[in-house]
Order: sequence, then C-alpha cells, then structure tokens
Amino acid sequence: MARQAQDYEDIPGTVVFDAEKSRQGYPINMFCMSLMKEDNRKAFKANEAEYLKQWKLSPEQTQAILQRDYNRMLELGGNIYFTAKLGATDGHSFRHLAAVMTGSTQDDYAAMMLAGGRSVEGNRSKSGQFQPKPRAAAKSKAASTSKSKAVSKATSKSPSKSRSKSRSRRG
Amino acid sequence: MARIIAGVASSHVPAIGMAIDQKLTEEPYWQRVFSGFEKSKEWMAKAKPDVAIVVYNDHASAFSVEIVPTFALGCAAEFPPADEGWGPRPVPVVKGHPELASHIAQSVILDEFDLTICNKMEVDHGLTVPMNLLFGSPKEWPCPVIPVAVNVVLYPPPTGHRCFMLGRAIRKAIESYPEDLKVVIFGTGGMSHQISGPRAGLINSKFDKAFLDNLTKDPKKLTRIPHLEYMREAGAEGIEMVMWLIMRGALDDKVDEVYRFYTVPASNTAVGHIILENHRRAVAKGKRAGAAKTKRAAHTAKQFVRRSK
Repeated sequence: MARQAQDYEDIPGTVVFDAEKSRQGYPINMFCMSLMKEDNRKAFKANEAEYLKQWKLSPEQTQAILQRDYNRMLELGGNIYFTAKLGATDGHSFRHLAAVMTGSTQDDYAAMMLAGGRSVEGNRSKSGQFQPKPRAAAKSKAASTSKSKAVSKATSKSPSKSRSKSRSRRG
Repeated sequence: MARIIAGVASSHVPAIGMAIDQKLTEEPYWQRVFSGFEKSKEWMAKAKPDVAIVVYNDHASAFSVEIVPTFALGCAAEFPPADEGWGPRPVPVVKGHPELASHIAQSVILDEFDLTICNKMEVDHGLTVPMNLLFGSPKEWPCPVIPVAVNVVLYPPPTGHRCFMLGRAIRKAIESYPEDLKVVIFGTGGMSHQISGPRAGLINSKFDKAFLDNLTKDPKKLTRIPHLEYMREAGAEGIEMVMWLIMRGALDDKVDEVYRFYTVPASNTAVGHIILENHRRAVAKGKRAGAAKTKRAAHTAKQFVRRSK
C-alpha cells in the first residue's frame, strides 16, 4: 500500500519517527532496548551476529547494525533514542553519534556546535518550495481564526502573522 | 489547599548529567552551562516546594516501542533511576507523592485528559538532569516528585495546545487537594536541537529567544505553533518544547519572570532555562512588587547570555 506523503518529509536530513517507521523499525528498537541490561551488552559484544538473530531483523537492518550505519538505521525505522543505546554500548555519546550521522569528524562537529550550531538557513526545505505562508504560518493562523479564509487573510495584516513569517525566513 | 507557586523550565541534555556524574562541572565548557543555574538553585532553596511536578519525556527507558503513552502520570511511591545503556545515574531514588498523584489522576481524567497511570516506573535523565540543575546533587532529593511523562519520541506528540490545557487541568486538580502544599511545576526538554540524521546539530537561537519571550508574555501564541514548525525551525527534537507548555498552562495568565538563562551548546543542544512565579504570589508580598519587578527585569536582561554568531 502506498504511503501517504507527509508534510514533514520536506525537512532535509531528517527522518521523522512516526507510527509507520515505528512499525518498520520495531525489531531494531527492541534489540537496542535489550542493551539496557549489562548481561545483554556482554552477550552482544561477544558475538554480534549471533545475538542479532533473535530479533527478527531484516537482512538490511542486521547489516546496518553490524556496520553501525546510524543513518541507515533511522531510514529502516530505528529511532535515535534507541540506537543511542547501541552507541552507549560502544562507549559513544549522543554527540559522537550526531557527528557520525552528519559525516563530520568529531572535531569539526564539536567546533560547529561551539560556534552556535548548524544554521537553519538553507536547512528548512528539501524541495526548496517551502515558503513561510503555506504551512507553518497559515496553520497557526487557521488555528486562531478558525475561518476557511485563513490562507488569503494570512498574506497581510495581522501582526502575529508577519512576526512568524519573518522568523521563519530569517531563522 | 495545595497551590502552584511557580514554574521552572529547563533543558534536560543527557551530557549535562554525565558532566555532573563524572565531576566535570568545573571545566570551562561545562562551567558556562552550570553557572547559569547557580541563581536558580538559590531560588529553589528559598522556594522550598513541598512537591515538584516534573513534566519530562522518557527516552526509551521506561517505555520502549511496545507501549507508548501520550501522557503518563507517575503514581508510585518511588521511581528508581534507569540504566540508559551506561549504568543507572548515581542519583538518589526519586520519591513520589502517591496521594497527590492519584488525586491528580482522578481529577484530570474526569476533566477529559486520559492519562496513563504508572504504579511502577523508572526515570531517566529527562527527569533527573533538571532536578540536579535546580536542586544540586544532594544525598536525598529535598521533596517528593510526581513525574508526568509525555511522548515526544514517536510522532506525533500531543499538540502544544493540548499540553497547555493539560497544565490547566493539573492546576485545577492541585487546587482541589485539601492539604496545604506548595507545588513547583517543571517543564523540561528543548530548546532547539536535532540529534538525528544529517541535519543534526541544528540550533535556532532566534526561535528559542522568541519562545522564551512568549512563554512569559503570550503563551497562547505558542500553543498555536504546529509540529511542522517546531521540527523545521527548532530541529526534529526541538518539538520537546511542547512540554514547557504544560508547565505554563498550570500557571497564572500573568506571571513574573524572575530568571532566565540561555546558552549554546551543551553537547548538541541549546540550553534554555526560565523561572516564572505566579503573579498572585508577588502581589501578596506587598506594595514593593512594582519596584521589585523592574529590578528583576534589569537583572534578567543581564543574565540572558546569548552567543551571537
């Protein structure tokens, strides 16, 4: 069955962990949960491939785990709070994993964060079609007016509108 | 009658917990973060709440993907720290307040908020890190805690508006509890951050600053922010900020902002922190409220540490 397109799929470099992903990634995340116990961490480290057999993982999921391909794990339904337990088993922090997922060296990533982090500029929309009005702003407007005219109305006037518009544009 | 005297919001970055546990708080990187909470600890020591309600999210500790409650209320007598993959944090067991918690459950559910009741639950850094930041690292926590766990891991979390209204309902519940208790409510998580995928490291100080401003002045505006906007503007995990709105919903419409702190980064995250006192309380202090407010505003402005690029 074709999956309905979601508005958040337009956010670049981001996999939103929704119900569909949660279903797909169930074995990855349950495997990661098992690593909360010291005995399981030991068993996993002793023989990773063998330990993974009990979780009904797909071959792609197994491979992603063995290769510590954290982005692939997300694509296959893993969630960062779960896969971080695999990271912790390897002795890695959230920040370490984040650097890995962005393809940076640890030093470069740390330096970027110290300099204020990754800017939202140029990182809002995959399609480049995101304009502040159709989604974020129009929706919030719709909530406040509860009129079907919200979109056309949203193009001018209200101070709250123009505020959120400029915030969206300039970050 | 029990009453809410104040609300506190704070990020709950796990690395802050590690810095505390590994005694790195004096290192320059961490000093910058911890220095922002010194005044808050003094404030908390003076406020001396009888109970703290801590709104937080579980990070795959108490709840896996087997069961994902949108709102879960901790009614147990105690909540042990969870092993999050590197052993449980060396912090005291969190003691609950089962009587008040059950009272809240009953009141809030009849108010049409269908909470999940947890009579056994472990708590992770989402709850214990803000406690350290506000209470320090004592041998025993100074007051009982009622955890309110909110799902922000599996999309979609509850809307900001729903969170705000839950805060209202919690307040109503507390005010109908016969014992004379002073309650502080915590909203935790945020601010802007993304820790997953190639866009990890995203920070949006402008969004955060506007959020802090509106949290004090115009929280209803914040209740209209759609999830997409949080994720796009403040990072996939920035959506945690909806939890702050439960805290804010439990306070008066008009509050006194007594303290604010903001710094980037702690690990991957923009750290935000604010203390809001219920207005009534300030007025009750006497006629000097006006003058005190001006002084506080100046103080707050000074305390607001923002790293501009």
